[in-house]
Amino acid sequence: MSTTAPAALAPEQSPFRRFASRFAEDRIAMIGLALLAIIIALAALAPFIAPQNPYDLARVDIMDSRQPPGAVAGEGFKMWLGSDGVGRDLVSGILYGLRISLIVGVLSGVIAATIGLVMGLTAAYAGGRIENFIMRIVDLQLSLPSVLVALILVALMGKGVDKIILALVVVQWAYYARTVRGSALVERRKEYVEAARSLGLSHARTMFRHILPNCLAPVIVIATVQTAHAISLEATLSFLGVGLPQTEPSLGVLIANGFQYMLSGKYWISFFPGLALLVTIVAINLVGDRLRDVLNPRLEK
Amino acid sequence: MATSGSTRPVLAVENLSTHFFTRDGVVKAVDGISFEVMPGEVLGLVGESGSGKSITGFSIMGLIDPPGRIVSGSIRLNGEELVGLDDRAMRRFRGRSLAMVFQDPMMTLNPVLRIDTQMMEAVQAHEAVSDKAARARSAEVLAMVGIPSPEERLSAYPHQFSGGMRQRVAIAIALIHRPALIIADEPTTALDVTIQSQILAEMQRLCAESGTALVWITHDLAVVAGLADRVAVMYAGRIAEQGKVDDVLDRPIHPYTHGLIGSVPGARMHGARLAQIPGSTPSLGRLPPGCAFAPRCPRADAACAEHAPSIAAAPDGRAYRCHRPMLIEEVAR
Amino acid sequence: MLAFIIRRLAQALVVIVAMVVLVFFGTHVIGDPVWMMVPGDATQEQIEQVRREFGFDQPAYIQFFRFLGDVMQGEFGRSYVHGESAITLILERMPATMELAFAALVLAVVIGIPLGLFAGLKPDHPLSRGIMAASILGFSLPTFWVGLMLIMLFSVMLGWLPATGQGTTVEIFGIRTSLFTLDGWKHLFLPAVNLALLKVSLVIRLTRSGAREASLQDYVKFARAKGLSPARIVGVHILKNILIPIVTVLGLEFGSLVAFSVVTETIFAWPGMGKLLLEAIQRLDRPLIVAYVMVVVLLFVTINLIVDILYSALDPRVRLTGSQA
Repeated sequence: MSTTAPAALAPEQSPFRRFASRFAEDRIAMIGLALLAIIIALAALAPFIAPQNPYDLARVDIMDSRQPPGAVAGEGFKMWLGSDGVGRDLVSGILYGLRISLIVGVLSGVIAATIGLVMGLTAAYAGGRIENFIMRIVDLQLSLPSVLVALILVALMGKGVDKIILALVVVQWAYYARTVRGSALVERRKEYVEAARSLGLSHARTMFRHILPNCLAPVIVIATVQTAHAISLEATLSFLGVGLPQTEPSLGVLIANGFQYMLSGKYWISFFPGLALLVTIVAINLVGDRLRDVLNPRLEK
Repeated sequence: MATSGSTRPVLAVENLSTHFFTRDGVVKAVDGISFEVMPGEVLGLVGESGSGKSITGFSIMGLIDPPGRIVSGSIRLNGEELVGLDDRAMRRFRGRSLAMVFQDPMMTLNPVLRIDTQMMEAVQAHEAVSDKAARARSAEVLAMVGIPSPEERLSAYPHQFSGGMRQRVAIAIALIHRPALIIADEPTTALDVTIQSQILAEMQRLCAESGTALVWITHDLAVVAGLADRVAVMYAGRIAEQGKVDDVLDRPIHPYTHGLIGSVPGARMHGARLAQIPGSTPSLGRLPPGCAFAPRCPRADAACAEHAPSIAAAPDGRAYRCHRPMLIEEVAR
Repeated sequence: MLAFIIRRLAQALVVIVAMVVLVFFGTHVIGDPVWMMVPGDATQEQIEQVRREFGFDQPAYIQFFRFLGDVMQGEFGRSYVHGESAITLILERMPATMELAFAALVLAVVIGIPLGLFAGLKPDHPLSRGIMAASILGFSLPTFWVGLMLIMLFSVMLGWLPATGQGTTVEIFGIRTSLFTLDGWKHLFLPAVNLALLKVSLVIRLTRSGAREASLQDYVKFARAKGLSPARIVGVHILKNILIPIVTVLGLEFGSLVAFSVVTETIFAWPGMGKLLLEAIQRLDRPLIVAYVMVVVLLFVTINLIVDILYSALDPRVRLTGSQA
């Protein structure tokens, strides 16, 4: 027996209410959540609030290039964060860049989570050779650093949104598969699964109706971490010149464009898009960190 | 075994309260308990889980961590006040004149350190002796607790020992400095029954030989009956009743003690229905205003629910907290 | 022990073969390296000639077996761009990368463990909250962007430290290293900090959660009951327990440091094999890519083996039979 005091029972609440109020106890996490909401809103509304469409080459004037923050563009609007090497307003560039970064991150995350869930559940439920085979691939995948795998994949496949999403899915799915298998194995041993099976429910039904819902908490936690990771990875690849092409300027592409002007002191071209990237990732990680604490304190890393 | 009451007690606990300040309110894990332990005496501290008996043990050791805190009372070891000492001052007592044996021997030894490391550091924590001398002392106490070829076994890791052997090692560590008092927190609960009685007998022998007093924390009345000189029965952070073990077990004053005795199989006549105490232990965060046992007590009346009973003394020297104490003849029936 | 190592080596061989196959077909199915090796205005004839010269006109499986034969002899072909043996090129650049990765690892441990211990042992201390918030930030910082900012701040604005290159190097046992000159240290500092950043957060978190968990264990309470000093309890009882996961994870993370040095080396123009890889990718220099992957996989396998052995040295409960006691 330890000295931890027996906790008095909290009054009865619905699970979600209890979860939400536990989440809200952490002020920093709430700030993260608010930031994330703002970022998503900004990205979604980019076409309506950006002063300029950075894709519209007719509107982008080379005469406006490399202007410092606060300069006035040829079209008359003020460029609060300056402009990049081809004359794009950075505020607009960042808003549109956020869009691409978020889309790539979330989409790759959803696809990877789906594949990982199916593989993980299959491994846990089927057992035997199938499980061995799947988990070997997972182990192999996880033993290789994701940057390297993504880098080489994208290098081989070429640039493009679809290709980078594919590469991000390849480096992410194994995390989901491992986590899902882990918690599914735990759930499988529990009595209610035995009960469901003895009632004659089909395998698929047992798996999806009974085991899956109980694996969701850890999946949600790694989904936040993985999405942040994917966004960062896409930016890294784009920065290295093997990610998104210049025609799809994600935040990483904007930062890469600023790199060459850095040594001459034109910091803003790389600085502000990077700041936007940082805030996005921090916001997601803050939310994810709290989710981990609330949903499952003993989740494996 | 118990020495006469005229000598000074090894341990005197007076009005001790240890509370936990949790998010959901204050949990009064120990709430105003007093008892004494004489040199060489064995005190059984009995109660269900959550009654505060382990917290009492940790309070004496000065091992209560936040959000818990000793809020009031006094603990005197050989006359020296322990409450209020800082950690550095408390360390002079811990392991030297005051030792503890924990419940689960699988958890108390550090799995990644060898036995000699864990024993020698205990020696050297209080005595500036060479590694060689510390090792010799370690082997000596290992032999004392009945571990064969102690010299060899010193180089082993805990996982190479069985549960019973690990508990012997833990007891050996507690005995290293020949303490005045050992607190044993259910040290046999996690062991096999046959090992349990061995350890029990061993500890009784060792304490008797060295004159070490023993506070034996347990939920098992049968253990207390065979081992203790005196017994204190705890319920919801308070001592319901304490006195000589024969008095308490044969003629309980407190209805809770009575219920506890009744629920031990074999304590009553063969074939008789096993009595149970109705209800369950109350949550310490939300105790009723009156006697904590009142909701479960067959004898409770309106007064019991209203205000908590204070400590009363019985003619045979026992102390109890009850508005409606059991009568001797009633128990005898 | 021996059986364990042999089994691990066999597993490693399977991984390596799998990687050879994947990389080889990857480089064959996608992209035609011929275009990288001929001038833009080359005639069809010239192109065909290069094809034949390098064996690209053969069916893929024949090319593969030829390739496999070469690999067996440690030969990965000559770089299309540099015209030299690919494996030699990689190995020449390897020490610089290892130096960088190792410096980063040391930084991560030296900064991370004390901070993590503090945060784990005093979870409610305001400084602990600060450390944890900083570690989330460190986790979130995009490495490449931090690299740029470090250059901007310390090289461009303050002018304290050089932004590019390895600086003055000294040759020790035939390996060029910047660890023995002041100029070398100056050059190493920024890239090493940059690379260490991700791992510092990881070390902090691992140490913190390990320390928190360990400090709640009965053996820590028992150690306190023995009258041990806090320094002894933290330094021996807790640290030895959390060292096990830290060594394991850090060993495995060393590989990721090597991988991530691709980014850092590119930013700081550090002449390691990561920078070489990126150049090879941009120019589709297939032998160089394959050689890099082989070297890195081999490195990983070696590291994993070392980590497993270290793990068993640290944790007496683990015997190297693969099963736990």
